[in-house]
Amino acid sequence: MKNASKARGSLVQRLTLAPYSLWALLFILVPLIFVAYYAFTDSDFNFTFDNISRFFTATSSINDGGMEKEVHTYLLIFARSLKLAVISTFICLLMGYPAAYIISRASPRTQKIMITLIMIPMWMNFLIRTYAWMTILQDTGILNSLLGLIGLGPVHIIGTEAAVVIGMVYDYFPYMILPIYSVMAKMDAKLIEAARDLGCNSAGVLRRVVWPLSLPGVISGITMVLIPSISTFYISQKLGNGKFYLIGDAIEGQYVANNLHFAAAIAFILMVILLFGMALMQRYAGKKAVAA
Amino acid sequence: MKPAAKAYTALIMLFLFAPIAILLVFSFNEAKSLSVFSNFSLYWYRELFRDAETLNAVKNTVLLAFSAAAVSTVMGTAAAVGINKLRNKYLRYAMDTVTNIPMINPDIITGISLMLMFVFVGRLFGAATSLSFWTMLISHVTFCLPYVILQVLPKLQQMDRALPEAAMDLGCTPLRAFFKVELPEILPGLVTGLIMAFTLSLDDFVISYFTAGNGFQTLPIRIYNMTKKTVTPKMYALATIIFFVILALLLISNLADSESSRSLKAARQKKKANI
Repeated sequence: MKNASKARGSLVQRLTLAPYSLWALLFILVPLIFVAYYAFTDSDFNFTFDNISRFFTATSSINDGGMEKEVHTYLLIFARSLKLAVISTFICLLMGYPAAYIISRASPRTQKIMITLIMIPMWMNFLIRTYAWMTILQDTGILNSLLGLIGLGPVHIIGTEAAVVIGMVYDYFPYMILPIYSVMAKMDAKLIEAARDLGCNSAGVLRRVVWPLSLPGVISGITMVLIPSISTFYISQKLGNGKFYLIGDAIEGQYVANNLHFAAAIAFILMVILLFGMALMQRYAGKKAVAA
Repeated sequence: MKPAAKAYTALIMLFLFAPIAILLVFSFNEAKSLSVFSNFSLYWYRELFRDAETLNAVKNTVLLAFSAAAVSTVMGTAAAVGINKLRNKYLRYAMDTVTNIPMINPDIITGISLMLMFVFVGRLFGAATSLSFWTMLISHVTFCLPYVILQVLPKLQQMDRALPEAAMDLGCTPLRAFFKVELPEILPGLVTGLIMAFTLSLDDFVISYFTAGNGFQTLPIRIYNMTKKTVTPKMYALATIIFFVILALLLISNLADSESSRSLKAARQKKKANI
C-alpha cells in the first residue's frame, strides 16, 4: 500500500514538474546562454572577444568646458549609471526608512490605508509616472510657473542629472518603503519597550534595536531600487533629454540599431557585474546580521 | 501619531500624489498648455476615444494579460505542487535558483535574452520576423511564473502532508485528491498569484518592448510611442482613466479582503464557542 502510494506520488511529481522544468529550461536558462553566445560571437557567429573588449576600450571625444577630451565611452556610461542609481537608492532609503517606521507604529487601520496609498502610484505604469515629471519639470512647466508666482526662478531642471534622479526616486520609491515596512510591522513592540526600560534613549533604540532588525528589509529595498534604476532607459531619455546616456540606453540603442551582438555583450557585462555585486552584498549583510 | 510624524507622512504623500493630481487636472484642460489651466473641457477624452490605435492596444493588453495569467497560474501551481514534493536537496536548490532568475535579473536583460533566442530560432526557420503575439505571451508567462509559484508554495508547505495521502488511501486518484483536498487549501495563494500575474502583465513595458512584433502593440508600448514625439494631453486623459480603474480595483479588493477576514474571524469565534 505504502509503496503503491509512493510510486503514484513520484509519477504525480514528474507530471506536475515536467511542464515547468521544460519551460524554465527553454525560456529562462537557454535565453541566458544566448546572451553569452551573442556576446562572444560576430555577425557570422564566429567566436570573438571584440564585443566585450569594445565595451572596455571604445573611446569618444566629448566637449568638456570648451576642451575636447577623449573618454572611454561605455565605461563612462556605466560609471554614470552606477552613480545616478546609487544616489537615487540612497535618497529613497533616506526618505523611505523614517516613513516605513512611522507607518509600522501606527494603528492597524492607518497602516492599511497608508500602504494602499503608497501602492497606488506603483500600480500606474512607470511610463506615465515619468511622463508626469516631464510635465512638471519642463522649462515652461508647472514647477516654473509656481516659482514664478512667488517671484523665483525659472530653474532649468529638465535635461539635467538631477531630473533623472528625481524620476528614479519617484518611480521606485514604493519598492524601498514596502519591504522595510513589512519587516518593521512584524517587529515586536516589546523589544523597543524593553530597550527603553533598560535605559536606551531614542537614538540608542534606533541604532541598537530597530536598525539591526530591519536590515533584511533594507537590503531587499536597496536591491529592488538599485537594479531597475541602474538598468532603466526610459527615465533617462525623457527626463535627461537623452543627454545622459545610461547603460540601459546603450543596450536599447544597440538593439534599435540592430547591433544585437554588441547589445548582448553590454547586457552580459551588466549581468555579471550585478550578480557579483549581489553576492558581495549578501555576504556583507549576512555577516552584519550575525554580528548584530 | 506625533505631529512631526504626521507632517512627514503628509509630505511623502504629497510627493507621491502631486504629479498624479497634476495629470488629472490637466486632462480636463481645454488648451494644450501644460502650465496654464484655461477652461474645463472633455476635448482630450473625446480625442482619446477616437484614437483607434490606442483602443486596440487596450484590447491587446487585456487579452495578453488574461492569457499570460491563465497559463502561468495553471503551470505555476502544478510546478509548486511538484517542487513541494521534491525530496532531493540539490534538485530543490536548483529549482529555487532557476525560479528566482527572472525576478532578480533586470527586465532589460530578461527582454534582451528572450529576444535574442526568438530572433535566432526564427532565422533558423528562415522567418523574417519571428516576434509576434506568441513570443510576447511566452515572455509574459516566463516572468509571471515565479510570482505564482512563490504565492502557492508557502500554502502547500503550511498544509498537512497527510491530508492528500489520506485521501488517496481512501481511494481517491491523485488528480481527485488534488482537486478535493489540496486545491481548496492553496486557493488563496493561487488567487493572489493569478492577480499578481495579471497586473504584472498589464503593466510590463520593458520586456514587451523587446519581444513585441510590429503587428502587436500593448498599451505600455503605445504609451511609449505616444510620448516619443510630442507632448499630448490625450496621454493625461488616458492616465486619468487608468488611475480611476486602479483605484476602483484596489477598493474592491480591499473590501473583499476585509469581508473575507471578517467571515474568517466569525468562523474562528464559532469554533472557539464550540470547544
